[in-house]
Amino acid sequence: MVTKLAIRNLVHDRARFLVTLIGILFAVVLLAVQLGLYLGARKMIVDTIDHANGDIWIAAYGSNSFEQATILHGRERFAALSVPGVTAVEPVVASFAPWTRDDTSTTSVVVVGSDGTLPPWNVAEGSVSALSPDGVAVDRTYADTLGISGVGSVAEINGQRLRVDALTEGIRSFTTSPYIFMSLAKARELLSVPSDQATFYLAKVQPGVAVSGVKRALETKLPGTSIFTKAEFRQTNLDYWLFGTGAGVALLGGAVLGLIIGTVVVAQTLYSSTKDHLAEFATLRALGSSSFYIHKVILTQATVSAFLGYALGIAVSFAVAQASLHTPMPIMLTPQLAAMLLVVTVVMCAVSALSSIFKVTKIDPAMVFAR
Amino acid sequence: MRAFPILEARQIVKELGQGEGKVQALKGVDLALYEGEFTLLMGPSGSGKTTLLSILGCLLTPTSGTLTLGGESVVHRSAEDLADLRRRHLGFIFQSYNLFPTLSALDNVRLGLDVRGFSSRECKERAAEALIEVGLGHRLKAYPGTLSGGEKQRVAIARAIAPEPPVILADEPTAALDTENGHAIMELLSCVARKNGRAVLAVTHDPRTIPFADRVIEIEDGIISGERKKHAATVIPARPRQPQAAHGTPAPYQERKRQAHA
Repeated sequence: MVTKLAIRNLVHDRARFLVTLIGILFAVVLLAVQLGLYLGARKMIVDTIDHANGDIWIAAYGSNSFEQATILHGRERFAALSVPGVTAVEPVVASFAPWTRDDTSTTSVVVVGSDGTLPPWNVAEGSVSALSPDGVAVDRTYADTLGISGVGSVAEINGQRLRVDALTEGIRSFTTSPYIFMSLAKARELLSVPSDQATFYLAKVQPGVAVSGVKRALETKLPGTSIFTKAEFRQTNLDYWLFGTGAGVALLGGAVLGLIIGTVVVAQTLYSSTKDHLAEFATLRALGSSSFYIHKVILTQATVSAFLGYALGIAVSFAVAQASLHTPMPIMLTPQLAAMLLVVTVVMCAVSALSSIFKVTKIDPAMVFAR
Repeated sequence: MRAFPILEARQIVKELGQGEGKVQALKGVDLALYEGEFTLLMGPSGSGKTTLLSILGCLLTPTSGTLTLGGESVVHRSAEDLADLRRRHLGFIFQSYNLFPTLSALDNVRLGLDVRGFSSRECKERAAEALIEVGLGHRLKAYPGTLSGGEKQRVAIARAIAPEPPVILADEPTAALDTENGHAIMELLSCVARKNGRAVLAVTHDPRTIPFADRVIEIEDGIISGERKKHAATVIPARPRQPQAAHGTPAPYQERKRQAHA
């Protein structure tokens, strides 16, 4: 009977119920979009690090992001190779550079050069293994930004001609400057980096040897550099881009705003519904119902609203996320995020019910005899 | 000889308001309800009927005095304890029916059982039986909005009797009904008392209801001014009158009536 009464109370005033559902829908969509963008941003920030073939990153002292590290001297590579447990140390060059389109206009890109240590992934067209000396791999998402029509298109970086040999799918950059993958030699040439220098050295650790131990040994061996395990470098990048720049705070702030809006809208409509049904709740109380029974009715109203509002909101959110898939800022609406949003929505509605619960807690059952 | 009362109020005093605005709505009321007896509580507006009914219904706490229900003391109980007492001992019938407009007649009665913790199946069976008993077997699925005033009050009676409480309290059950429906409802309440051995107390203004009652208790200015049993020709004063003149309180209803007749 509790569920039946709760549902009947809700649908009794359809307009108010609709407002409740729209409020929850907007809250869910806002939360899903903001948190989905946040997850998308995290993925964009760490994708290159996750796809690099190395256990330990050696970078210039104080480096806090993949895109903005300064050049190492070069001697670090051999010093690192002498550390027990290190099986290989491979250079990677990464830096911002201007990309000149066919029509001579320019845009900022991030040059990523390596000889297999950080190759492009998700190749959709062309071949990475067959990159020509001037060949590069770029992501399809940025075709318009880069002014290319597909494999075979040409452009320039720092006055040097490049040919698009491969197109990838889904490699996006948080900085909005697309990653341009190429050979190590080509990257050094474009960025005027001496042939014995690099932005990073990626050390591979012998299987069975503790990465943390090797990292400590490298720190001793290479003072004046920053040594990170893969996990540490991921976290450093995330901290810098999401919180150092404030971008992540803005996204999470938007999510909190969605939560507040949803809570207020649901609380108001639920409170107004409770006030309208106060005489009925007093009757229930007079008939001997416990406070808990009435609280159950109100909480069921909130939960039913939560589930329906969530269903509508998540459907809209999935549509929005789907539409963003091929844009530079994809919304990552994962099953885990969807499940978390359901819990958040139910909790939000339960919290919204508190004001109504306080109201009925103070109900005077003697009001049933009021004329 | 009467059995022990199911409900007994002794020296009930109720003060309402605070400070200079404080008024004594009940000034030491004694009242007992017995099994199988249909009692009317009559009196003019402002006499304290509703306050007394609220106290007898464990909806309001008296300022002083004692109240026992089914042998349990009702005084100094928490709100949840009082709700528990209402669940176990009391059924209510309201002047304006207090039905849930969004629920059918059957569901309205089921709800009254559900709050008492009956199983879903038992709720359904008892609710249907109670509605059949009050003559609404053909209106189980009707919503309050489609029922006449008399039918609504029958649903309310069904809701009150379905859990089989030993005491049923009714507040002006015929006030919103025409004569024919009013008589039918009073007959039904009288039947509920006698057939099922319940104590039924109805607060009313309506003198047409008197023939249906076993006992009529009259209240005025917060005191019981008289009591009469069925077919009794005169009112038996319930207790000696308190001095009135000192604070200008009007004389009790029955005395004024007698004076008028004289």
